[in-house]
Amino acid sequence: MVIRDYIFLGIFLLVMACVPLLLKNDYYISIFVFASFNCLACIGLSLLLGYAGQISLGHAAFIGIGAYTSGYLTTQFAWSPWITMFIGVVISIIIAIAVGVPSLKLRGHYLAMATLGFGAILYIVAVAAVDITGGPAGLNNIPPLNLFGLILDSDKKFFFFSWSVVVIGLLFALNLINSRVGRGLRALHGSEDAANSIGINTSSYKIQIFIFSAVFSSIAGSLYAHYVTYIDPGPFGIMHSVLLMTMVAVGGMHKIWGAVIGSLLLSLLPEFLSFSTGYFKTFGIEYKPDYDTLVYGIILLSIMLFLPEGLYGGFSSAFRAVKNIVKRNGKKAKSSS
Amino acid sequence: MKKNLVIIILAAFCMVFVSCSKKEEPVKEEVKQEEVKKEEVKKDYVVGAFFAITGKFASLLGEPERNTVEMMVKQVNEAGGINGHKLVVHMEDTQGDNSRAVKAAKKFIGMGVCAIVGPSRSGSSMAVIPVVQKAKIPLISCAAAESIVVPVAERKYIFKTPQKDSDAVRKIYGRLNKKGVTDVGIITGTTGFGNAGRGQLKTLAGEYKINIVADETYSPADTDMTAQLVKIKNAGAKAVINWSIVPAQSIVPKNMKQLKMDIPLYQSHGFGNIKYAKLAGDAAEGIMFPGGRLLVAKQLIHHHPQRPLLMKYKEDYESTYNEDASTFGGHAYDALLIVINALKAVGDDPEKIRDHIETQNFFGTGGNFKFTPEDHNGLNTRAFDMITVSFGEFKILGEW
Amino acid sequence: MEITNQDFSNLLQYIFMGIQRGSIYALAAMGFNIIYNSTGVINFAQGEFVVYGGLMMVSLTMTMNLPVPVAFFFTVLFVMLIGILMERLTINTVKSPTVLRLVIITIGVSIFLEGIAMVSWGKNSHVLRHFSSSETFEVFGAMILPQTLWIIGILVFIALGFILFFNYTMTGKCMRACSINRDAARLVGINDRKMVMISFALSAGIGAIAGIIITPIIQMDYGRGTMLAIKGFGAAVVGGLGNSVGAIFAGILIGIIEAFGAGYISSHYMDAIALFFMLIVLFVKPSGIFGSSEASKLKEF
Repeated sequence: MVIRDYIFLGIFLLVMACVPLLLKNDYYISIFVFASFNCLACIGLSLLLGYAGQISLGHAAFIGIGAYTSGYLTTQFAWSPWITMFIGVVISIIIAIAVGVPSLKLRGHYLAMATLGFGAILYIVAVAAVDITGGPAGLNNIPPLNLFGLILDSDKKFFFFSWSVVVIGLLFALNLINSRVGRGLRALHGSEDAANSIGINTSSYKIQIFIFSAVFSSIAGSLYAHYVTYIDPGPFGIMHSVLLMTMVAVGGMHKIWGAVIGSLLLSLLPEFLSFSTGYFKTFGIEYKPDYDTLVYGIILLSIMLFLPEGLYGGFSSAFRAVKNIVKRNGKKAKSSS
Repeated sequence: MKKNLVIIILAAFCMVFVSCSKKEEPVKEEVKQEEVKKEEVKKDYVVGAFFAITGKFASLLGEPERNTVEMMVKQVNEAGGINGHKLVVHMEDTQGDNSRAVKAAKKFIGMGVCAIVGPSRSGSSMAVIPVVQKAKIPLISCAAAESIVVPVAERKYIFKTPQKDSDAVRKIYGRLNKKGVTDVGIITGTTGFGNAGRGQLKTLAGEYKINIVADETYSPADTDMTAQLVKIKNAGAKAVINWSIVPAQSIVPKNMKQLKMDIPLYQSHGFGNIKYAKLAGDAAEGIMFPGGRLLVAKQLIHHHPQRPLLMKYKEDYESTYNEDASTFGGHAYDALLIVINALKAVGDDPEKIRDHIETQNFFGTGGNFKFTPEDHNGLNTRAFDMITVSFGEFKILGEW
Repeated sequence: MEITNQDFSNLLQYIFMGIQRGSIYALAAMGFNIIYNSTGVINFAQGEFVVYGGLMMVSLTMTMNLPVPVAFFFTVLFVMLIGILMERLTINTVKSPTVLRLVIITIGVSIFLEGIAMVSWGKNSHVLRHFSSSETFEVFGAMILPQTLWIIGILVFIALGFILFFNYTMTGKCMRACSINRDAARLVGINDRKMVMISFALSAGIGAIAGIIITPIIQMDYGRGTMLAIKGFGAAVVGGLGNSVGAIFAGILIGIIEAFGAGYISSHYMDAIALFFMLIVLFVKPSGIFGSSEASKLKEF
């Protein structure tokens, strides 16, 4: 981790700690809780996409594995959620190896198709294997998490817990990219052949990162299951995988912080749109929820067209521009005096 | 570096504990604040309503439901509100997405609504049950699956207006018995509704001595069910039962016509929007399904107890929105009617509304609702009539 | 096991069903390939072209009562215009294009187009009359719709047109040159930007045709694009990206596997079986059935 990351982490912790103080309504807090699941998955995905340069359109399936493992084992056998979460992680690792080893030999679009196919298959299994997953009717009555006697059954409690998990995930990710593995990864992203030739075992790195990101998603899924206490295949489809990818890209895929920004923005956007419906009306614009898709498309398009490095890149170049102006003005002020 | 990491993780955990233990008090304060707020705005009765208005595959459900609720609110308020109180309904769109439904339910609870109407789909209803149960707010679902209100002991605050899927199955199986048909092929959509129907069809088959010779499914995005139907045909089925609530169900009759299968096709009560029949065109002719009487209001005998209410709703809806009324709008009508009845009688205390609903007995668009503490749906097989499609319109098939 | 007449007619039924499904995947895959060859990008808005083709055709024939050939022509023209606009307004304006960024831009365009379709055509499914009769006829006990023959015929027609265009016209040859080596093509004076635009127009046109011919059978609504794009993408990848013969072959193969899966194994897992097959192909031959591994290495992701 570099100093800048510590500063960002401090700011991030501060902002997140303020959120529940500013938001009185449980509803708004629950939006942030849902955002935290996306955020956790996106951090993992950003490692894969931005650092290992591998595209995955199947990560929602890992979220599903985590959610269903937790959901099934806690409702059927009344196991502790912590154990089931761990089992979910183990299963995700096994599946990530099984899928990752053959897939990561593939490149670019072929890899995208392989992960997409894998995600779609798991979704179909979740719908069709009615005896285990409950099929489209889903699993009900999943118990909430119990943190050493403190039952996380309110939105506020869960908010702090899930964002703490996000922070831990962030720390792992930030440490990872500044380690030997991270440097290897960056070499990999530049040119796989060149990285290979200087003795970096690229496929081993790729698999490791793939597993790592799968684990992140799996934990996010388990958290989702214990928060909503009901799961069905709906939220784990291909479209969610694509959404996670766009979150990472919108935030800026070459920085972990980009994933955090992107996932927060796109998770809050629909709520913001429905919230601002009233304001549109005062301006004489009849805004209907039907337009959500349209607005979402426009925002995604304009960010990708005008900010090649995503929002993070946009922010940092804006910051640099401001700094330069301040510096120049400072110099001018000095020279004139 | 590793030491740093451990320290930071510990710090994060500490933060969680501190904040969690601290946060207990503000929660209570908030409740108080809300109570104060409620007293200030006591003039308005606030109800939440959420339906799958947009979103893939479900808009034929949500749109008539939203339209109906908006129309009723206008009517109630133009007539002077409920005992002088204005009725305010907050509308949310679940897009058929369960996390959105949960968020919307939380939003309503935060607003301090006294009752919630919706959601449209069985899956979303199941997802919000824990939330509303905990908040002790009555919810009247417009989704069909019976499991939403069963077991009643665990679903104290949950009610639903659409007819039970088991009753629809009984109605179909009853007719099959009468016709002497035993071998049927079932084809169900892989949605919450289709899946629940598939379960009921299989469970009740024994009781009616029906032999399910083929059990096929299709996804809502599917475009061609020829393969499934060929299997049903080859299995020697003498009738087909198609159980789904999405537009894809209209492809089944088309494919049957294409395969020249001339065995009768039964649909579920999820077929109750004339648009589904129109999508299937000629192929829809002769389809039979158990449906609420709203679809055939005009053909009811004049002294039928449901007729005046059905005709009024149908005429109001069709003149306001210039489209045919559907069963789904009717479900929302019944749901809001239940809430309005309760508001009239006991005011806007959620607990009292809940208790009042369990005593309600009235005619709605769905049938004669008789709610009891043991029955949170209040309808039985008599709520259905067998309906058929003839010359592109719904017609009563007559009692057996 | 004795093979009865019944078994044979079932087999035939499934094969026709598979070809009908597969033809649409094949057309979508060809659309993917044209753009992939000129830009190296998978255009995820390809499914939207199909949707717009179907919906525009519904508007022109069912509401405005234009005769089918006229409506066909205007629909294809309209969707080609959308394709050109998309290229000019988004892809062409990107200064430092990376493949991943362009792919996400196409996802953005696809979401945007889906939104527009929902607002302008509404959320209902739309029906379209069959080109000729909607009565099925019997071939060895299998029931076949005349529309299925239309679909197969048009697929063959387009495939032939493809071969003629890319082998015997100047524009086609220029486009091929660009896809083999863009820098070299530019050196000999080919306007590569213009070729990208033409490729979008062509691909949109093919998408529109796919939408027009399939709508009488499947009913079109605004949300169908994603699923069509994914299946078409699958076909393109299995056939080997950039290879049009491969795309047609793979598209029809996937369609038939889906039909067989539903007919002989289980309709619950129909889509999963086809996808599983795709994964196996990719793991065994990572550059698709007809793709060469050298070619796929040249297109750096």
